Amino acid sequence: MQTLTNRSKQVDRHPMTVWEKMYLPAIAKGMSITLSHFFKKKPTINYPEETRPFSPVFRGLHILNRDEEGRENCTACGLCAVACPAEAITMEAAERKEGEEHLYREEKYAAKYEINMLRCIFCGLCEEACPKDAIYLSETFAPSNYKREGFIYGKNDLLIPDPKKEPELYKKAVGERARKA
Amino acid sequence: MIQLAIDLAFVLEKAILIGGIITVSLVVAMYSTWAERKVAGFMQDRLGPNRAGPFGLFQPLADGLKLFMKEEIIPNASNKFLFILGPGLAMLTAMMTSAVIPWGKQIEVFGRTVDLQIADINIGILYIFAVLSMGVYGIMIGGWASNNKFSLLAALRGASQMISYELAMGLSIIALLMLTGSLSLKTIVELQSASGGWWNIVYQPLGFLIFIVCAFAECNRTPFDLPEAENELNFGYHQEYSSMKLGFYLFAEYINMFMSSVLMATLYFGGYDIPFVNDASLIESMGMNMVAVLQGLSLFLKAAFFIFVFMWVRWTIPRFRYDQLMHLGWKVMIPLALFNMLITAVVVLIRENGWPF
Repeated sequence: MQTLTNRSKQVDRHPMTVWEKMYLPAIAKGMSITLSHFFKKKPTINYPEETRPFSPVFRGLHILNRDEEGRENCTACGLCAVACPAEAITMEAAERKEGEEHLYREEKYAAKYEINMLRCIFCGLCEEACPKDAIYLSETFAPSNYKREGFIYGKNDLLIPDPKKEPELYKKAVGERARKA
Repeated sequence: MIQLAIDLAFVLEKAILIGGIITVSLVVAMYSTWAERKVAGFMQDRLGPNRAGPFGLFQPLADGLKLFMKEEIIPNASNKFLFILGPGLAMLTAMMTSAVIPWGKQIEVFGRTVDLQIADINIGILYIFAVLSMGVYGIMIGGWASNNKFSLLAALRGASQMISYELAMGLSIIALLMLTGSLSLKTIVELQSASGGWWNIVYQPLGFLIFIVCAFAECNRTPFDLPEAENELNFGYHQEYSSMKLGFYLFAEYINMFMSSVLMATLYFGGYDIPFVNDASLIESMGMNMVAVLQGLSLFLKAAFFIFVFMWVRWTIPRFRYDQLMHLGWKVMIPLALFNMLITAVVVLIRENGWPF
């Protein structure tokens, strides 16, 4: 018969010889294989203590950015929501009042900003659409919760810590790869 | 009055010994479950349990606690008395084997010389075989009382397997008995540890091979774990069991494993004999108690090695088919054991009477 590749092997169906019938050589061979695996280095990564290195473009959970003075960048323009292919983002805009200049950078801000993490596909299009540098995908991933409602992240969950009030937390949230700019 | 006082001390001594040995076997069985999982993991390039405590050492405690907390279910259609008796019997027979095994030579406590053996009976091996055969009742009763087809099938398999392999095991032991001329385990160990005496493995390599294969079958371990065959019989005879009753069955298996390992070490690998050392001269230089500790440790290490072999084989070799199992038992093991017996008999005769021709 014509073979497609040269790698095919004829199945050996000869009756077992006395030596093979003893099984012991075969068993010894098998046992030596398992024993050699016993001393091999294990590829396990002990997850919570160790993590795999991330790719520099890893896309995890979102954060809402602040500027150096700790003001929210988001102006609730809605471009991210429009860009989102999974329709995971909703927001409500509000106008900045007198005396709130230290809270919001622009005259308009997002009073409510929600991302449904169960809908989100972590494509990063919101990050690309944002004209105000307000939304980024972080390195955090694998959120867990007991309820579906818990996966709808509001502003409290998304906002990055204030760089003025909590500089250390802010640094931690920005992480290693910080800003590409 | 004096007679009574001595008897009391004797009873106390034996009670302490029994308590100690039972505790040791239970702890060993407990940590065998941990070791089993670790060995399995390492052989499959995993790490095994490592979350509970350092190296996962508290894992057996967690498992035990879990088993105790589980809901106890007794099936409606089962025979309740036998259903409860089954695991108890399995555990009991597993523990009883330890009674005749010598764990060390002697120790001296409060001026008394205490043998480190619960009972030095002159038919030690016969006793072990009797108890081992009882082990089949645990499986048989458990499987039957569950009133479940799979369990019953598994129980039948288990019973026939154990009976078939007991024959070969007994025959392999007879060859050993021809050499030692004694059924007492203590005498067998002393013959091996006497200066100039070799371990029995040197005289009986084939006998040992038969014995170890039969021990695997007796303990229902892979490649002979047909009674609990996970993928064909749904865990076999302990399918209907839950909670600590299931735990008892699993535990009994590990205790059986430990006892078989100790037995193999005792019969073929010099028992508590410390290798490459003359025990008698060591006693003079170190004192009796210290040597007894070393001897116990030596026996324990040998047993630990055999337990490792049990696990090593389990995670290497696939399960036999039932007809293959019976073929191996009746058509290979028994003729081999008979052959081994014949050879040994001839050699013993010639050694005693000289070459007659």
